[in-house]
Amino acid sequence: MPAVAETRKAVETLGQSTYKWGFETDIEMDIAPKGLNEDTIRLISSRKQEPQWLLEWRLKAYRSWLEMREPTWAKVHHPPIDYQDVHYYAAPRKKPGPKSLEEVDPELLRTYEKLGIPLHEQAMLAGVEVPEGQEARAPVAVDAVFDSVSVATTFRKTLQEAGVIFCPISEAVREHPELVRQYLGSVVPVTDNFYAALNAAVFTDGSFVYVPKGVRCPMELSTYFRINARNTGQFERTLIVVEDGASVSYLEGCTAPMRDENQLHAAVVELVAMDDASIKYSTVQNWYPGDENGKGGIYNFVTKRGACRGARSKISWTQVETGSAITWKYPSCILQGEGSVGEFYSVAVTNNHQQADTGTKMIHIGRNTRSTIIAKTISAGQSDSTYRGLVRMMPKASGSRNFTQCDSLLIGDRCGAHTVPYIESRNMSARVEHEATTSKISEDQLFYCRQRGLSEEDAVGLIVNGFCKDVLKELPMEFAVEAQKLLQISLEGSVG
Amino acid sequence: MNAITPVGVNASAFLDRGAVDAGVKQRTAADFLRHAGLPRAGVEAWKYTSLRALADVPFATAQRDVDGATVDTLLAEVETISGLGAGADRVVFVNGYFDAARSRLPKGVKVSTLAQSGAVQDDIDPVGDVTTALNTVMARDGLVLVVPDGVDAGCLLLASIGLTAEDAPVSFHPRHHIRVEKGGRLAVLDAAVGQGYYLHNPLYDIVVADDAYLSHARIQAEDRQALHLAVSHARIAAAGVYDSFTLTLGGSLSRHEVHAALTQAGGSVHVNGAQLLMGHQHGDLSSVITHAAPECISRQTVKNVLSDQARGVFQGKILVDRIAQKTDGYQMNQALLLSDGAEIDAKPELEIYADDVKCSHGATVGALDDDQLFYLRSRGISGEAARSILIRAFLHDVVDQIDDQRLKDSLNLAVEAWWKREAA
Repeated sequence: MPAVAETRKAVETLGQSTYKWGFETDIEMDIAPKGLNEDTIRLISSRKQEPQWLLEWRLKAYRSWLEMREPTWAKVHHPPIDYQDVHYYAAPRKKPGPKSLEEVDPELLRTYEKLGIPLHEQAMLAGVEVPEGQEARAPVAVDAVFDSVSVATTFRKTLQEAGVIFCPISEAVREHPELVRQYLGSVVPVTDNFYAALNAAVFTDGSFVYVPKGVRCPMELSTYFRINARNTGQFERTLIVVEDGASVSYLEGCTAPMRDENQLHAAVVELVAMDDASIKYSTVQNWYPGDENGKGGIYNFVTKRGACRGARSKISWTQVETGSAITWKYPSCILQGEGSVGEFYSVAVTNNHQQADTGTKMIHIGRNTRSTIIAKTISAGQSDSTYRGLVRMMPKASGSRNFTQCDSLLIGDRCGAHTVPYIESRNMSARVEHEATTSKISEDQLFYCRQRGLSEEDAVGLIVNGFCKDVLKELPMEFAVEAQKLLQISLEGSVG
Repeated sequence: MNAITPVGVNASAFLDRGAVDAGVKQRTAADFLRHAGLPRAGVEAWKYTSLRALADVPFATAQRDVDGATVDTLLAEVETISGLGAGADRVVFVNGYFDAARSRLPKGVKVSTLAQSGAVQDDIDPVGDVTTALNTVMARDGLVLVVPDGVDAGCLLLASIGLTAEDAPVSFHPRHHIRVEKGGRLAVLDAAVGQGYYLHNPLYDIVVADDAYLSHARIQAEDRQALHLAVSHARIAAAGVYDSFTLTLGGSLSRHEVHAALTQAGGSVHVNGAQLLMGHQHGDLSSVITHAAPECISRQTVKNVLSDQARGVFQGKILVDRIAQKTDGYQMNQALLLSDGAEIDAKPELEIYADDVKCSHGATVGALDDDQLFYLRSRGISGEAARSILIRAFLHDVVDQIDDQRLKDSLNLAVEAWWKREAA
C-alpha cells in the first residue's frame, strides 16, 4: 500500500478519537485477595500446582524484594505505588477438564477480534478448521495471555512435530520441569532488581519456548498480553531457550483496556541462545497511556535480558513503544560467546503526559562480539522521553565492536527528549562508536508535503514514519503495518 | 567528633579546621558535607570517580612559608611548560596563598585577593556539588580580577604551586573570581604544578558580561601523588564568549567539574579538554552546560589518551531549557586506549526541553587505527614514529580549537613536552 494511503487510513481510524483498545471483557474471574505476603505467594503457587522448588524460589525472591528499594535513577516521576493494594492473581474461571479450543469463552474471542488478532488465528482460537492454503501462507502461533493465565495455544501440533515446545510457562513447569529449572532465573536472577524480584515472587504466567538443536522454528511465535481486571498487576514471565544452530522469531503485542487507576506491569523476559542460535524478539507495546490530562495508564516496569551464551549466537530486540503512562525498560544482551551479536532497534513515542525511560545494555564479554543500537525517540505534548543505554567492553572483549545511533524528534515546545548513554571500555582493541542527534521536524519537509496536498497531520505522520524507518523495517511484516498505525494514533493532536 | 555518620567518606579532616560558621553559606555547606560526606562511587554525578582515597588522610592546613628556592624552580617549570616567560603578566599562588613578590600584575585591570576582601561574597550555590561545598567551607584566599568595560587586558598567567613534605599531606582551596565586563577581553593561562602529597581544590567563579570575551586554558600538571579537585562556575551574558580548555596531565586523582550557563541570547561557550594519563592516574572531566536563553552556541570536544592502567572519565551534559529555542549544541568525546589495562568511562548526555534546537553528540573509543598505522608504515615511517604522528594528530585536533593564539601555542608546547616524556 502506498505510504500516503496508509497514512490516510491510519488517520481515519483516529476519527474514533479514543483509545481504540479501551474496552472491558465481562467474564467470571477467580481472584486472590489484595496484598502481598508469603501467603499470597503460597496461594499462587498452589493454584498453579507448582513443585516445591519453585515455591522456594518464589519465597527467596520475595524475601530479597523486601530488602530492596525501588530504583530512582530513571527520569520518571510517579506517586508511590502501594504494593499491598494490588491483586496478585486473577484467572478467568475455567470449566474443569482438558483445555480445548471450543471451550474458549465467546467473550474472549470478541476481545481478540477487537484487538485485531488476524482472522485465521481467531479461527484457530475458536477451534474452526483452517483451510490448508492459509496455514501454509502465514503461520503464526499464538499464546494468548488473558490477564494472568494463558488461555489457549494454537499451532501446538505443527510445533510439536518440529520438536519446538511453546506453551504457557505454568504448563512447562509441570511438563518440562528439568528445562525450566535449569534456565529460569539464569539470565535475570531473582535479586537482579526491585521489579524483577517482585516478578519472580508473584509471576502468574507467561510463555515458554524451547527450540532444540538445529531446528529452525517453522513459524513465528506470538503472544498477546492484556491487562483486564481492575487492580490486578500483570506479572508475566517469558523464557526462551534456543539450542545450538536453532532459531526463532518471537512477537509480543500488548494492549490494555481503559482504566482510571494506574496499573502495574512488571514482566521479566529471559532469552538464552547457544552456539550459532538466533533469537529475534519483537514487541509492539500499546498499553493504555492514560488520558490527555495524564490520568490513568499503565506503569510498565519490565526487565528483558538475553544471554548469548554460545559462539556466534545472535539476539535481536526490536521494540515499538507507544503506550503506557510510564515505561521503564532496557532490553539487554550479554554477549558472552565468541563472535556473538546483539541488536537493539527501538522506537519510543510519548504524547500527552507519558514518560518513557528506555534503552538497552550491551555487555561485551567474549572476543569479537558485535552490537548495534538504533534508537528513535519521539516526544510530543507534555511528555518526557529518555534514551538510556549502556555499552560495556570487558577486558577480554578483544576485537569487539559497537555502533550506537540515537535520534530524538521533538514535536511542540512543552515536551522533553533526553539521551543518556553510558560507555565503558576496558579493552584497547574494542571499538565503540556513538552518535546522537536531537531536532524537530524541519519546516522544509513539512512544506514539501503540504505543498503536495497532505494535511499537516498526514505530513507529520509521513515524516515520523520515515524517521523510524530504520527500526520499522526490522519488524515482521504484519507488526510493521500495525506499528505504523500506532505511531499515527499516538501522535494524534500533537500538531497544529 | 561528628556524631552523624555520613553516607560517603567522612569529611571531618576538613570540617574540623574549616570556616564552618563564618556565614550562612559556610554553615550550609558544612552541614551538607557532614551529612553527605565526600562521594564514594554510587552517586550518579560521581558514578565513575570515588573519593575513597581521601578517607582517613589527615590533610592539614598548607603552610604559607615554604622553601623559596623550590618555589622558584617550580615557577620556572611553569614558564617552560607554558612558554610564557618571565616577562609575562602573572599572578602566583603558593599553597593557595597569593604571592605578591612573585606576581606581576597586568595594567588596566582591577586586581585584589579574597584574603583582602575578607569573605566569600558570590552567589554560587554552596551545596550545588561536593567540590563547591568543600571549597566554600575551606577557602582562605584567591584571585579577584575585574577587566573593566572595553579593556583588552591581554594574556595573564595564573600559576598555582603546591608544595609540601611528602609525609605531611596538606590541602588548599583557593577561590578565584574572574569577571570580564562589557566588551572586555582577557586570556588566562592557568597552570598548576607542585611537589608532594597535597589536595588542590580550586573554585573558579567566572562572569563574562555582554559582548565580553574570556579565553581560559588550564594546564593541570600537579605532582603525580597529588589530588586535584577543581570546579568552575561560568555565566555568559548576551553575545559573550567563554572559550575554555582543560589539559589534564598530573595528579593521581583529578577531576574538573565545569558548570557553564548561557544566561542571555547569543552567548557561546566552549568546554574543551584533553586528558593524557598513564600509570595508575585517574582523570575526570565532568561538565554541565546549561542553555538558559535562546540562540546560544555550545561546543565541547574532549579527548583522552590513556596508557598503562590509567582511567579516564568524561561526563558531559547539555541541558536545554524550554526557553532556549534555536540552541546549537555539539559535543564530542573520544578516547584512545594505548594499553589493555587502560579504561575509559564516558557519559555524554543531552537533556532537552525546547523543540527548535540542533543538538548532537558523538563518542568513539578504541585503539590506534591499524589502517592508518599501515598507511604510514608503507611510506617508510617506523612504527614508533607512526604512532607518535597519529597520537599527536589526535590531540592537535582538539588543541587547535582554542581560539586565542597565545594560549594555543602554550598548550601545544605542553602537549609536546608530555609526549616527549611519554615516549621516553
